[in-house]
Amino acid sequence: MNCIVCVASVPDTASVIKLKADGTGIDESGIKWIVSPYDEYALEAALQLTEAKGGEVTVVTYGPAGAEPALRDCLARGAHKAVHVLGGEKTLGDSFTIARVLAAAIKGRAHDLVLCGVKGVGTDCSQVGQMLAELLGLPHVAIVTALEVGEGSLAATREVEGGKEKVECPLPALLTCQKGLNEPRYAALKGIMAAKKKPVDKLEVSSLGIQEGADLFYAVARFELPPAKSAGTIIQGENDPAGAAAQLVKLLREEAKAI
Amino acid sequence: MAGILVFVEQRDGEIRKASLQAVSEAKRHGGAGGEVTAVLVGAGIGAAAAGLGAWGAARVFVADNPALGLYSAEGYTEAVAAAAAKAQPSAIFVAGTAMGRDLAPRVAARLGVGAIADVVKLALDGDAFTARRPIYSGKAFAEATTAGKRPQVISLRPNVFAAEESGGSAAVESLDGLGLAIRAVVKELVKAAGGELDVAEADIIVSGGRGIKGPENFALIKSLADALGGAVGASRAVVDAGWIAHSHQVGQTGKVVSPSLYVACGISGAIQHLAGMSSSKIIVAINKDPDAPIFKIADYGIVGDLFEVIPPMVAAIKAL
Ligand SMILES: Cc1cc2nc3c(=O)[nH]c(=O)nc-3n(C[C@H](O)[C@H](O)[C@H](O)COP(=O)(O)OP(=O)(O)OC[C@H]3O[C@@H](n4cnc5c(N)ncnc54)[C@H](O)[C@@H]3O)c2cc1C
Ligand SMILES: Nc1ncnc2c1ncn2[C@@H]1O[C@H](COP(=O)(O)O)[C@@H](O)[C@H]1O
Repeated sequence: MNCIVCVASVPDTASVIKLKADGTGIDESGIKWIVSPYDEYALEAALQLTEAKGGEVTVVTYGPAGAEPALRDCLARGAHKAVHVLGGEKTLGDSFTIARVLAAAIKGRAHDLVLCGVKGVGTDCSQVGQMLAELLGLPHVAIVTALEVGEGSLAATREVEGGKEKVECPLPALLTCQKGLNEPRYAALKGIMAAKKKPVDKLEVSSLGIQEGADLFYAVARFELPPAKSAGTIIQGENDPAGAAAQLVKLLREEAKAI
Repeated sequence: MAGILVFVEQRDGEIRKASLQAVSEAKRHGGAGGEVTAVLVGAGIGAAAAGLGAWGAARVFVADNPALGLYSAEGYTEAVAAAAAKAQPSAIFVAGTAMGRDLAPRVAARLGVGAIADVVKLALDGDAFTARRPIYSGKAFAEATTAGKRPQVISLRPNVFAAEESGGSAAVESLDGLGLAIRAVVKELVKAAGGELDVAEADIIVSGGRGIKGPENFALIKSLADALGGAVGASRAVVDAGWIAHSHQVGQTGKVVSPSLYVACGISGAIQHLAGMSSSKIIVAINKDPDAPIFKIADYGIVGDLFEVIPPMVAAIKAL
């Protein structure tokens, strides 16, 4: 059972997002970078599968040099190998280019299962996994919250509005992993030491036959911060909760026209 | 290439509201200089097709096939790609439901183009859309384009765009001869107990957080949700505590929702919670801590004990 896990290095979810003065991008100073939280579910699923069935976990990232700690973190948690495609500054949010780069990096490496997160925190696209599946010619199951892998096939549960779908699928396949699938492990000190000796295969995008930035599929004309919200109407309800409740319902009906 | 192709989602033959919003939005942009064409996919769904004319579709392709009864990314991609080959649209709209968010990127990759997800506003310049979408969980917005690539595959956030009938009729054509090779097969759709309204679909949501003290008190949250005809949501803290299922969670690692009314009860308003609900049209907070961050984004709020505030609120709503 060989698994390839795609991991994105993203700003910590508690980061304060500021724009560059000219509005052309995000000011990255002071941001702490982490493994995108959903990718942790993907990695954990792959680690559990290879522990049970043998085989290797390879983590792949496409990102600048600063993404390497994310790969080391995955190696420290137990991944066997890592592939780092260097670049990505010009293609942030360009899901199709990212998928093309990942597809080229994955082709030729043994994989029974390719695992992604449901979404990269920050870009918030939820697109790369499905695009990658199409480019690799694999079936995919997205938003997976439960998984059983058998001989040559898998059974997965995915979350949809108002219920769950039970899906069966032959291997090789691609999954996008959602919270609930497992409890990701943290790296232990022993793993952190071992990770230092594990191989990281560094590649240039051009070596994959793609000219980064020459053929974009997504471009941001302008970044903006959300408009400031004007202060709301806050009712002090400690002494007269019933009166406050009645006043709120009246405002919602007559002023906000929300009920 | 001209016109807009809209993937229309149905469940048990009933068209989803979010898809009507997408068809209406396509119509409002005049079909981007062409026609609005819809593509409807499923089994035994023909009856729903003609009605799409009233919402702005001039033409409807129907892929009616027993193998397409339950959603399949591969099967539905085949159908939408076949419709795109016929309609040659300059844009493809998809409602950003769980199905739409799964389908749009696969369709785009099949057509060799990118896609723009979770769009909350569209501007048409000539025949190309610029799309506004939240990034960093709504902490910023990007005005995005497809860098000149066509068709522009765009998923629209549900409940942001209005659905409006424009009164027309549609020519219905069946989409036959699809080369279906479905590997990932949905064996079963397990519906949530009691036909519970899902937060992702609800127009009104009442959410409970750690301030409700225990799982039994979701009954109080539900009484308010029922009085308003809404769904029950939750913060991650109470989902992690096992008080309610993850399908109710709103936020960065839960669902992103844009209801017309969001009522947060006993929720502090952590940035990861706000990520899931800050685009709600009206936000109401009930919290006993006047400094709770949730009040910063609330349109209305009560500083008070939710156990004392909610029962009279329910009574006042019922008395309306
Ligand atoms: C990577 C990551 C992802 C996350 N994703 C999510 C997510 O998707 N969704 C999410 O919600 N959180 C998420 N979180 C967690 C988030 O940071 C907060 O911990 C969580 O939202 C807090 O939940 P809460 O507001 O219910 O609890 P608390 O922060 O404990 O707040 C409880 C509130 O209840 C009030 N209260 C107490 N008693 C009463 C009473 N009797 N009447 C009225 N008010 C009362 C208190 O004043 C307080 O403000 C995430 C965190 C991380 C790190
Ligand atoms: N630059 C990247 N490198 C490796 N994997 C990525 C990258 N970007 C996205 N992914 C994978 O694709 C998933 C979905 O990302 P997105 O479509 O950006 O929301 C992530 O959870 C990762 O598994």
